[in-house]
Amino acid sequence: MMKIKTPKTLKAKRALDKRAPKLVENAKKTLILHGTKTSYVLNAVLAQIFHLKKGLAVKFSRKNENIRPFESSGETSLEFFSLKTDCSFFVFGSHSKKRPNNLILGRMYDHHIYDLVEVGVENFNPIESFKYDKKIAPRQGSKPFFAFIGENFESVDELKHLKEVLLDHFRGEIVENLNLTGVDRAFVCTAISSTTVSFKHCAIRLKKSGTSIPRIELIEVGPSMDLVVRRHRLPNEAVKKQAMKAAPTQPRKIKNVSRDEVKGKIGKIYMPDQQVGGLALSNNIKGLKRERREGKTKDKRDDHDPSKKMRTEESQ
Amino acid sequence: MAMEAEKYQIDLGNLMAYDPSHHFQPLPLSREELSKQCLEKGTELVQGVVNALFSLPSTEDLDGPIVRLPEPSMRLPREKHLPRPKPPTKWELFAKMKGIKNHKKDKRVFDEQTGTWKRRYGYDRVNDDRDVPIIEAKMTDEPGEDPFSKRKDEKKKRVDKQEKNRLQNLKQAFKAGDLPSHIQLAATALPITGTQKVIPKKASKEELEGVAGMAATATASGGKFDKKLPGEKPAKHTGKHRKFLPVVEGKGMGAQEKQQTEKILNKLMARSSHDILDVDRAVTMFNVKKEKQRKREKEVSVSSTSNKLKSKKKTFKRPSKKKQ
Repeated sequence: MMKIKTPKTLKAKRALDKRAPKLVENAKKTLILHGTKTSYVLNAVLAQIFHLKKGLAVKFSRKNENIRPFESSGETSLEFFSLKTDCSFFVFGSHSKKRPNNLILGRMYDHHIYDLVEVGVENFNPIESFKYDKKIAPRQGSKPFFAFIGENFESVDELKHLKEVLLDHFRGEIVENLNLTGVDRAFVCTAISSTTVSFKHCAIRLKKSGTSIPRIELIEVGPSMDLVVRRHRLPNEAVKKQAMKAAPTQPRKIKNVSRDEVKGKIGKIYMPDQQVGGLALSNNIKGLKRERREGKTKDKRDDHDPSKKMRTEESQ
Repeated sequence: MAMEAEKYQIDLGNLMAYDPSHHFQPLPLSREELSKQCLEKGTELVQGVVNALFSLPSTEDLDGPIVRLPEPSMRLPREKHLPRPKPPTKWELFAKMKGIKNHKKDKRVFDEQTGTWKRRYGYDRVNDDRDVPIIEAKMTDEPGEDPFSKRKDEKKKRVDKQEKNRLQNLKQAFKAGDLPSHIQLAATALPITGTQKVIPKKASKEELEGVAGMAATATASGGKFDKKLPGEKPAKHTGKHRKFLPVVEGKGMGAQEKQQTEKILNKLMARSSHDILDVDRAVTMFNVKKEKQRKREKEVSVSSTSNKLKSKKKTFKRPSKKKQ
């Protein structure tokens, strides 16, 4: 016996439709959680990453003992959380003697693990340790610039993967139109060695220059840390092929616009047919019901005289 | 802005700049130096992106100039799969075959029965069963039948058929992997086979956990090395845990094996002794035997003088009632 379960309220339906697979996707959300043991540094790192991604992140506060992303059976809990919170990125922090201040940055495809990068955090400086003018602080949700420096990003496999993951994680919403006055942050990632990347978050100050293009000044603002790549797992080839499939894009059609040499740009306007069948029924309009009409006119008659009386009194 | 020497890879769609040709001096740089150098290089790169960005055609808006970003050159994976095409429903297939086109219908239709404009479906609708006052009898009608309830039943049948068809269409869509996102198919109960009146209830979590254990006993090693599904917990050992004696006995533990075997034997003997040895009976038998022996000894000593006149003594042995 099968039963068709449909949502009973429109709000529930909209929520379900929001999570459905679409041609143009929503901005991906991040799930921030930690394992059995965390350190002071790691707690600060997770909190500040959550702050950087305020609108699009979910932070769990409990410890999760059975999550081990690199093991074959240690990811079911993660996939379950990803499904329930509709998050496609996750940042998993854990601390152990063998891997101190460990951070696993991962991505999901269809709520199954797509790829993972495990980094160790060193030389962490929180936001509070930087002194800057509060006026230039980047606003929440602004689209960041990215600067990747170092040839290791191309030559070393792990750093190449890390570059892609960092770009994806901190990209923010994917927009078509960008307001040029609203760009105020930049992430600078430098490959210091073949295993370490220095990650900095800076605010942008635009200064007047002679031309219309402003001069950029970077002021270090946010958390800065050194990421030491420990392990990584590349995605499965078949899954990767599927995930990279682009939606078939159709070129934008501009309809009813044409050019004429004499007149210039011409547009066509079409008047739709009058829908006789779609008119409202005349006998059921609320305002025309007899009782209401009579009630209204009675009130008006009563109100008119006292107000008129008052006005005349005042004028005199 | 000296850009002649370095050529950056700029991805405008992602607002990214990558400098592949920068070499860092080997490590003797201090942290502050490194940091400063990073920022300088970063500034150059971001300046490059900004130059490219500001040279795009922009439209004026209330908040400021708005540019249209191009497609990002670095492609990143999707979050979910592309929506799959829905399989056509049975009606759609039929319509395609017959060439039936879908025409847009008016919401208001003129109702012949009441002579007013009514909705095509819904609250105040055309051809409503309640609006029919009189149904004329036809020659084919039987006398005891109620035509009004017949109409109601027919409508109910049509509605049920439609619901069944809808369920079938959704099942097909589910098999193709493209169920509409707001619909879920849930199994309410197992199908009723034959005259099974008792609907088997849904197995609880504990029952399901136990079932795997029961199935495991079919394997030679008791399911210990079976491949587990991701997330499945290892089997719980229900029942007693056997205790094995150490192979080599240490000092201070005397003869554990002897104790163990003694314990077992005592249990065995104690349990079975009730069947074999009836203490009271044994005592009486013993006493009787002893008395007889004494008697015999007396008689032997008495009758040693007269042997001839001695009659054969009948020894009355109590018939032994063997317990069955």
